[in-house]
Amino acid sequence: MAVDRAAIGRESAPVTLHIDAGRLRFFAKAISETDPIYTDLDAAKNAGHPNLPVPPTFLFGISLEVPDPFESFTELGIDLGTVLHGSQRFTYHALAYAGDDLTMRTRIADVYEKKNGLLEFLVQESTITNQDGTLIAVAENTVVIRNRFDKQEQA
Amino acid sequence: MTSLDLEVSSQLTPLEVAPISRTTLALFAGASGDHNPIHVDIDVARASGFDDVFAQGMLSMAYLGRLLTQSVPQERIRSYGVRFSSITPVHGQPTCTGVVRSVEEVDGVRLAVLDLQVALADGTITLQGDAVVELDEE
Repeated sequence: MAVDRAAIGRESAPVTLHIDAGRLRFFAKAISETDPIYTDLDAAKNAGHPNLPVPPTFLFGISLEVPDPFESFTELGIDLGTVLHGSQRFTYHALAYAGDDLTMRTRIADVYEKKNGLLEFLVQESTITNQDGTLIAVAENTVVIRNRFDKQEQA
Repeated sequence: MTSLDLEVSSQLTPLEVAPISRTTLALFAGASGDHNPIHVDIDVARASGFDDVFAQGMLSMAYLGRLLTQSVPQERIRSYGVRFSSITPVHGQPTCTGVVRSVEEVDGVRLAVLDLQVALADGTITLQGDAVVELDEE
């Protein structure tokens, strides 16, 4: 089913995540990080950081820290099982650290289709700011929706 | 003031990670906050037409991020973007590589544009991207 083009420009409710050191260490473990600045406070401080730095791609998940993280898809009539991540980009403005409260604001920037609607593309743009209102990063991602038409629709 | 020594065509030291296990997928789901069950629950993956679960794209992007931060201090990274071109299956073994495409000076700071890639042992390219990093301290 086609995503309603009226969704373009829609902004979802901001999501704030308190970044604790334990969560960052868990992330480091999950990606087999070996650089101690991401897990050891002394190593981070010796490298000139006030606390454990938030690694470059961790920011992606902030908007998912809500009870129903895929509600935005459901609202658009998108079946989560048909969704693939197409692209992801971050533009960085400042480092974030353990102890920060990061807020992600996301809007739907574009919706378009290819292959006569068999593939749809949902482009989302987000800003991530810290508790002082400092811009940490701008993120842009594209998800690909693989539409499957049943036989009746094809005929 | 410290400067990084990256010249056009120089290669970043590649980063090879262990083959991706189901445990890795479960840990990354929890740690990243992406709980999409298609990456951890084979029943859900099959119901969506896949033979098995497959790795989160952001896991590969995180590995490639490790290649970046082992090559340059994180505060030097101005932008980092990727396109996901193939699914990474369970047991796939990603290798992250990067090469300096260009170096240019902007407002007195030398910036390097890096071409980045993640490939599996069978040669499948799963992700291609780029990053802009500062060679000189601001």
